[in-house]
Amino acid sequence: MTEIFSHLFTIIGSVLSDLMSSDFGFALILIGQGLLMAVFLLLSAYFLIYADRKVWAAVQLRKGPNVVGAFGLLQSGADMLKLVFKEIVVPAGSDKFVFFLAPVVSFVMAILAWAVIPLNDGWQLSNINVAILYVFAISSLEVYGVIMGGWASNSKYPFLGSLRSAAQMISYEVSIGLVIIGVIISTGSMNFGAIVAAQDTDYGIFGWYWLPHFPMLFLFFISALAETNRPPFDLPEAESELVAGFQVEYSSTPFLLFMAGELIAVFLMCALTSLLFFGGWLSPIPGLPDGVFWMLLKMGFFFFIFAMIKAITPRYRYDQLMRLGWKVFLPFSLVWVVFVAFLAKFEVFGGFYARYLIGG
Amino acid sequence: MGKIDYTRAVKYFFLADVWAGMRLGLKYFFSPKATINYPNEKGPLSPRFRGEHALRRYPNGEERCIACKLCEAICPAQAITIDAEPREDGSRRTTRYDIDMTKCIYCGFCQEACPVDAIVEGPNFEFSTETREELFYDKEKLLENGERWEAQIARNLEIDAPYR
Repeated sequence: MTEIFSHLFTIIGSVLSDLMSSDFGFALILIGQGLLMAVFLLLSAYFLIYADRKVWAAVQLRKGPNVVGAFGLLQSGADMLKLVFKEIVVPAGSDKFVFFLAPVVSFVMAILAWAVIPLNDGWQLSNINVAILYVFAISSLEVYGVIMGGWASNSKYPFLGSLRSAAQMISYEVSIGLVIIGVIISTGSMNFGAIVAAQDTDYGIFGWYWLPHFPMLFLFFISALAETNRPPFDLPEAESELVAGFQVEYSSTPFLLFMAGELIAVFLMCALTSLLFFGGWLSPIPGLPDGVFWMLLKMGFFFFIFAMIKAITPRYRYDQLMRLGWKVFLPFSLVWVVFVAFLAKFEVFGGFYARYLIGG
Repeated sequence: MGKIDYTRAVKYFFLADVWAGMRLGLKYFFSPKATINYPNEKGPLSPRFRGEHALRRYPNGEERCIACKLCEAICPAQAITIDAEPREDGSRRTTRYDIDMTKCIYCGFCQEACPVDAIVEGPNFEFSTETREELFYDKEKLLENGERWEAQIARNLEIDAPYR
């Protein structure tokens, strides 16, 4: 009996290995990995929106969702179902094709950027050398979803909201880009694996980039808030002025796509912050094992900060937002790039700013 | 160019407001929450709470209302309608006592005006209905309310008695 089984297993094994080494098998693995990532993202979006609401409620001395399921854990599911089963309202005179394309673009771009984000050493869909540029390019394209949505709605509030969003995202992408250049100069690579490896020193938490690039950490985080339209920079959807901004005319599943896309973009910014400044999957204390656990912990922590900032800050005025972006962040990050370039080139502080010298 | 307020500039640069806000936010984040789980937990009610109306009876089962119509007269919303005629035993009682709960403003004047503590506003505030008609209370419904809430109404009246 056992012989038959072992024979069977060898046959299955050989068939499987044949399949996996073929082109079809490769495509199968790729699709499987992509699905795994998508499921991870959707699940995290599910729990992030719950966490977001809980944190917001706690700061306002409320309890937040606690009725649907244990501790209200099923609340997000109930909301998703509610949205999916609602009627899709298409405004009269809207450009139907663009109207429905917009939320899809917004959602797909948010998910697409995750193709190069590693959760652990080698745990990524595609290990490309220009990973940061890729993420940057994709997250710039996210603004198209918002612009298209606002324009296709054929309504004034969404249009104003999308215009605001376009100007805001473009302004803050500039400073995010310059901050990232500083990190790239220090590392000598645009690959996330290399960037994390460069932060792997003997000093644990003090070897990470948050220390050498200290002011840029805050600059990056605040720009990330603006880039993802989170409070205090949620002007595109400022309800006191624009009702819900570009989302006014959206209902049902398209709205859900916008919301999920926005949340996944926020999560992407959490992942970027932990990868660029907080050593990704490295453990903060030398001696403890590195792993995906640290990465998830850091991402969760930064999401908590995102949620706290949403709870404690009042919304910026639009001219203040533009002033901050162009007159404070842009010159500051530009000067910092030059500063870091000098420190790295002339090896001031040894390899502190030039990690490629000490082999990371 | 005017004078620069350097203190303010330094505070701005070091995100002083955000840190202060974060401290305050975290303080509230960890403090006990004000929410009560309403259908399961309820907030405290004053003995003077003016909720759903009820007509009371004496301990021997005789209804208190003597159809003096003071409540009808004082009602600012004119929600109360009373008809009365002498009963067979010669006593004066109502034949009709209607309150339109959709008109009532819960001012409590009827309770104040009543010389025999017959009409009272009880502690019940959960009497929503699905139709408007159900809110036109008649004498039967009001007496039934009185029976249902008598214990609490009597207790509230007793607690509040020293202040009347």
